[in-house]
Amino acid sequence: MNKFTTLAAGLILTLASPALAEKLPKLTVYTYDSFVSDWGPGPLIEKAFEATCACDLNLVGAGDGAALLTRLQLEGERSEADIALGLDTNLTAKATATGLFARHSTNTTNLDLPIDWADDIFIPYDWGYFAFVYDNTKVTNIPNSFEALINMPDDFKIVIQDPRSSTPGLGLLLWVKQAFGERASEIWSGLSPKILTVTAGWSEAYGMFTNGEADMVLSYTTSPAYHIIAENDLTKSAAKFEEGHYMQIEVAAKLASSNQPELADKFLDFMISDKFQSIIPTTNWMYPAVIPSKGLPVGFDKLITPSKSLIINSNEAQEVRDEALAEWLTELSR
Amino acid sequence: MAYRTKPLRPIQLIFSSSAFALLLLLTLGTVITLWLHADIGFQLLVSDWAIIKFTIFQALTSATISILIAIPAARALSRRKFKGRQVVLTLMGAPFILPTIVAILGILAVWGRSGYVSEFLQKIGNDPINIYGFYGVVLAHVFFNIPLATRLIVQGWTAIPVEQFRLAAQLGISTSGIGRHIERPMLRTVVPGAFLIIFLLCISSFAIALALGGGPKATTIELAIYQALRFDFNLAKASQLAMIQFSLCAILGSLAIFITKPINFIQGLDHEIERWDGKEIHHKIFDILVLIIVCLFLFLPLFSIIIRGAVPLFTLPALVWIAALNSIVVAVISAFLSVGMAISMSIFIIKMSYKLPIMSKAMEIISFLILASSPLVIGTGLFILTFPFISPFTIALPMTALVNAAMSLPFSLRMILPAMTNAENQYGRLADSLGMNDWARFNIAIWPRLRRPVGFSIGLAAALSMGDLGVITLFAPPDVATLPLVMYRMMSSYQLTGAAGVALLLVSLSIILFWIFDRGGRLEHKIR
Repeated sequence: MNKFTTLAAGLILTLASPALAEKLPKLTVYTYDSFVSDWGPGPLIEKAFEATCACDLNLVGAGDGAALLTRLQLEGERSEADIALGLDTNLTAKATATGLFARHSTNTTNLDLPIDWADDIFIPYDWGYFAFVYDNTKVTNIPNSFEALINMPDDFKIVIQDPRSSTPGLGLLLWVKQAFGERASEIWSGLSPKILTVTAGWSEAYGMFTNGEADMVLSYTTSPAYHIIAENDLTKSAAKFEEGHYMQIEVAAKLASSNQPELADKFLDFMISDKFQSIIPTTNWMYPAVIPSKGLPVGFDKLITPSKSLIINSNEAQEVRDEALAEWLTELSR
Repeated sequence: MAYRTKPLRPIQLIFSSSAFALLLLLTLGTVITLWLHADIGFQLLVSDWAIIKFTIFQALTSATISILIAIPAARALSRRKFKGRQVVLTLMGAPFILPTIVAILGILAVWGRSGYVSEFLQKIGNDPINIYGFYGVVLAHVFFNIPLATRLIVQGWTAIPVEQFRLAAQLGISTSGIGRHIERPMLRTVVPGAFLIIFLLCISSFAIALALGGGPKATTIELAIYQALRFDFNLAKASQLAMIQFSLCAILGSLAIFITKPINFIQGLDHEIERWDGKEIHHKIFDILVLIIVCLFLFLPLFSIIIRGAVPLFTLPALVWIAALNSIVVAVISAFLSVGMAISMSIFIIKMSYKLPIMSKAMEIISFLILASSPLVIGTGLFILTFPFISPFTIALPMTALVNAAMSLPFSLRMILPAMTNAENQYGRLADSLGMNDWARFNIAIWPRLRRPVGFSIGLAAALSMGDLGVITLFAPPDVATLPLVMYRMMSSYQLTGAAGVALLLVSLSIILFWIFDRGGRLEHKIR
């Protein structure tokens, strides 16, 4: 029985993986699942890089951004990964502390981020703002700040994600903390009756919103771009908040244990090149780290632009997170 | 008496002990691995205790309500013969195998703010209902577990020899008398095991509890484990919480097994069951009402899944079908593996029960541990164990099949062990006294009584494996995926409509697989 299992499963594996006749150097990139999926940037990026590198680019999905770091910590120096792509600035300090990552050699002076970038390990490849997304055919009285949201009618409900298991959930936690500091507890206490529920991940929350269960969902300012460009659906918009919007900057870095360090450097250079960056907006639905030569795709011009960009320095993120999480748990558990 | 002292054959011993070893490895083994791998110590905090209390409380409530609804439903299903009864029984398996995210959206389509119930209430001028909170958690868990509880209890009813009912009818015993003298003792053998299984399933749920619980008040131990592993990389805390889940399992398992009072029905002649009781009109009305309510409760969410998935089902990309094929192969292999393990373990447990009854009970409890274990802990533990020796990518599918097999083992064992015990008690001695050899003995005396539970178990295990995300997330190489993995990937890339199609495909394939094996167990089979 056992032998048969191995055999049969081995067979599927062989059938499913493409035969690699030539021996090209292999560059392995660990990333999150939605990056490698057929609807994400993965397939296009792979094709574009392989056209120039004379190598085999191996993109591996390892859950979400947080799972990605866990995976690398579990594997340690024996990891096959040459590059980790998909951590965000909330995780970079923790990632740096593991000592698993190496300094980059890429010139990052031409980045188009709302903030200055000076990290010698991690390089951003895209970024976005967290925002509440709503259906503009159903919601007419749009809250323009957290306080306005608190004062919405009783039956106005939002869905958010849990900061303990989801990246946007953590983003909202830090957004409120950064915007309100000492008053964060008070804001959460006010928001509590507006929160229909908290989900473990983004997909459940977004699914609940599109099924009409909640009036607004925590997502990104760029989410409406997906609906506009891919579905020709103009009914989704993001609410612009006066406090400013918290940023997520997604980054990549080279592993110190990489056995293809030069190829890895080449990939990181490619990552902020026009080719890679022009794929990002309509596949990962985020802002590219460098505006492509052809500009942003049509549809992105319809998105809101926050008046203020909020972000917590990555070195403080861990500490702020622990404090903010305790406040969040206390207020929402009442 | 001869067979009692007959030792296990070496081959049986090898099979059953490797099954036990696998279970121990996946449960305690992975937890200990995490513990050893941890480089920081950890102490449970006050807030962790609140989580533990909530977890136990919601699991106890959900299990109790599931069982209370399942008993009348199972009674109605076993004493009424109607057209479509088999279809109802097959479809009833569906909620149980739904991936969590599909189940959440399905339940909300009925019970949510914009669901069918709220829509109806608003039409007649009432406020929509709000299920988020403790009730929501219990509602979702009851939805998941009624079918399982009902199937396990129906099995108990089918095990009652028809002669008992005939005798009761001849003696003029009333319906309530039958309840007291025949059905209640039967329930006492079946209900504790079913309760335990459901309790354990509710303990290890987290995405559902959180989404329907309305916020962090509804945090379960499983979410705390997820946080410890994913966000804090605190292996010590994860393993400690996992040990708490196991302790709960061990305590409740011992209780359930000692409450269970095995009964030995006197030998029956394996006829089709015919019932002479429950003919009064109020019994009929009660049964029909129970069945209608339970069916509406279970099938409306499924209906919403069909509605949402029907159109996108026909435009799914090729990679979905490849993933479907992977899932089917993994499901079938793991189902046979699971039932193979359950049969060899049952033989072992039965032989053991003559000599070392305590050991045999302990093994039954061990077989339940897997239900209380966290898939993430199993996955991470296996990853740590295998990574130094072999690339995780090369073993993704075999590993998934193996873990899925172990995950469904408790169900298979619950079905097969009692059937085999009965067959042994009723025909084992006769077969031995006739001097049958091992093969003939199994083939003639035991197997005919095992076919039905085996068919059901293979079907259930296959369906469970289809819907389970399992350990594939940690091991999957870039180009190999299973259906649930594809569905999650689509969802995280805004492909919600396509994902609804995949969800429908997943549910349909699971039900078909279940139906094929369950039916196979009953084909050309004169014995009930």
